[in-house]
Amino acid sequence: MTTPAPAGPPVLDVKHLRRDYVSSGGFLRPARIVHAVKDVSFTLEKGRTLAVVGESGCGKSTLARMITLIDPPTAGEIRIDGLPASAAHVTRELRQKVQIVFQNPYGSLNPRQKIGDVLAEPLLLNTAMKAPERRERAMAMLTRVGLSPEHFNRYPHMFSGGQRQRIAIARALMLNPSFLVLDEPVSALDLSVQAQILNLLKDLQDEFGLTYVFISHDLSVVRYLADEVMVMYFGDVVEHGSREAVFADPQHEYTRTLFAATPRADVASIRARIARKHAAA
Amino acid sequence: MSLLEIRNLSVAFDTSMGLFKAVDGIDIAVEAREVLAIVGESGSGKSVAMLATMGLLPDSATVTADRMSFEGRDLLAMSGSQKRRIIGKEIAMIFQEPIASLNPCFTVGFQIGEVLHQHLGLTGRAARQRSIELLELVGIRDAADKLGAFPHQMSGGQCQRVMIAMAISCNPKLLIADEPTTALDVTIQKQILDLLVQLQAETGMGLIMITHDMGVVAETADRVIVQYQGHKMEEADVLSLFENPQSNYTRALLSALPENAVGDRLPTVSDMLFEPAPGVRP
Repeated sequence: MTTPAPAGPPVLDVKHLRRDYVSSGGFLRPARIVHAVKDVSFTLEKGRTLAVVGESGCGKSTLARMITLIDPPTAGEIRIDGLPASAAHVTRELRQKVQIVFQNPYGSLNPRQKIGDVLAEPLLLNTAMKAPERRERAMAMLTRVGLSPEHFNRYPHMFSGGQRQRIAIARALMLNPSFLVLDEPVSALDLSVQAQILNLLKDLQDEFGLTYVFISHDLSVVRYLADEVMVMYFGDVVEHGSREAVFADPQHEYTRTLFAATPRADVASIRARIARKHAAA
Repeated sequence: MSLLEIRNLSVAFDTSMGLFKAVDGIDIAVEAREVLAIVGESGSGKSVAMLATMGLLPDSATVTADRMSFEGRDLLAMSGSQKRRIIGKEIAMIFQEPIASLNPCFTVGFQIGEVLHQHLGLTGRAARQRSIELLELVGIRDAADKLGAFPHQMSGGQCQRVMIAMAISCNPKLLIADEPTTALDVTIQKQILDLLVQLQAETGMGLIMITHDMGVVAETADRVIVQYQGHKMEEADVLSLFENPQSNYTRALLSALPENAVGDRLPTVSDMLFEPAPGVRP
């Protein structure tokens, strides 16, 4: 997955990004401001995978919504392929560059839309493509993500969780985006299905030269997929480095806590735990 | 004599597509002072088997078993009121969604007090005192203040602690934890698992952990039952399960863990050649 250093601007360049949420005050009650994301800066090169790690409430999903141009930042600047981007008016060109896959495959597909229409809709909205071509592209993408042509006219409820996540990934790829934000794409899936989706993501990255921003709280998945790791804690980036560096030698106290809390499923750790238990008994 | 002994348990649901067997002929036995993990993916019937034991399934479910006994007492022959004296008191259960399993309309203190009143007859000051003790036991700070809190005012981890406090309030002999940490962050998960294991060691109760997470199994269990589509695939102590898994399904599950990835690809369960157990649905 190591790509040669590309010429030109990075796919994603984020500078001093901040997002505050203001809860409305009431009579005699002052408004409260929550700093969901405080001053986040990073760049991401083409073909790389950046994992954003942290627990709920740390601002990782807020960051995802800002870089996919769904929510506007309170302050700061986002450049995508060198172009300044703003959520206030997203051009068709920008929308084609960035797409997102959400966590819950049961909630992110319209239950009344057939799969073929789900896949063709991004093309309908963002390109001038004619219907037969849209249909053809949707069909090709459907088979590319491991589903069959006969799934084209089915509805979302006829699919399992893993298949739905494949559909969500296919929909995100319809516009050939520069980068894809994956917001916990496997955390709602069973272990065996999770492995299939992770493999699919790796294959697609190799095939289309995709850049991923992968949001997750599962460190074992991050270790498997990521090139770079960014750890967030209460809206701040507390650690950012290559996967090897972060996993081998975590610098920040919180990163170490996170690693220590992750369950270990290797034989040596189990043996140690059983020995501890016998010693205590 | 086992604490809980279940032989040949089957649970079938009456659906519009005909009878669906969620659990098909499973034997489960738990000893006192033992942590048993039941592991499986969604649809493996791991929760349904325990809900059937607790009598918490809807009427559309048909539960049959050759034997279902708790400390030698036959649960199958018991009347509803006899069973209710055991369930919630001697066998307690905690659920996956801590915030959803507490009643949003009542304070935490009221809900713990209700259990104490129902099973131990404690009221008034005695109940309040015991509630505070219980909250302190599960590691909630400012326990006396928190009695007046509603579930929505607490975090997911705190709600799960309250659920555990309610479950252990009558000193149960068996605690069934159904995916107790699935909805929680990994740092909170660690705290809750440590708490459960510590309480189990201190009180000597039996603990059944229902989970889909091999990491949770590795961190807590003494013995493991692996379930797939309503059938038991394997039963072993935790070390031999991870060291030398016998069934192909367990091997597939373990190799699908991202930390066990060899090279660039993860083997998936369908990649593995499958030996179907007798009568497994295709």
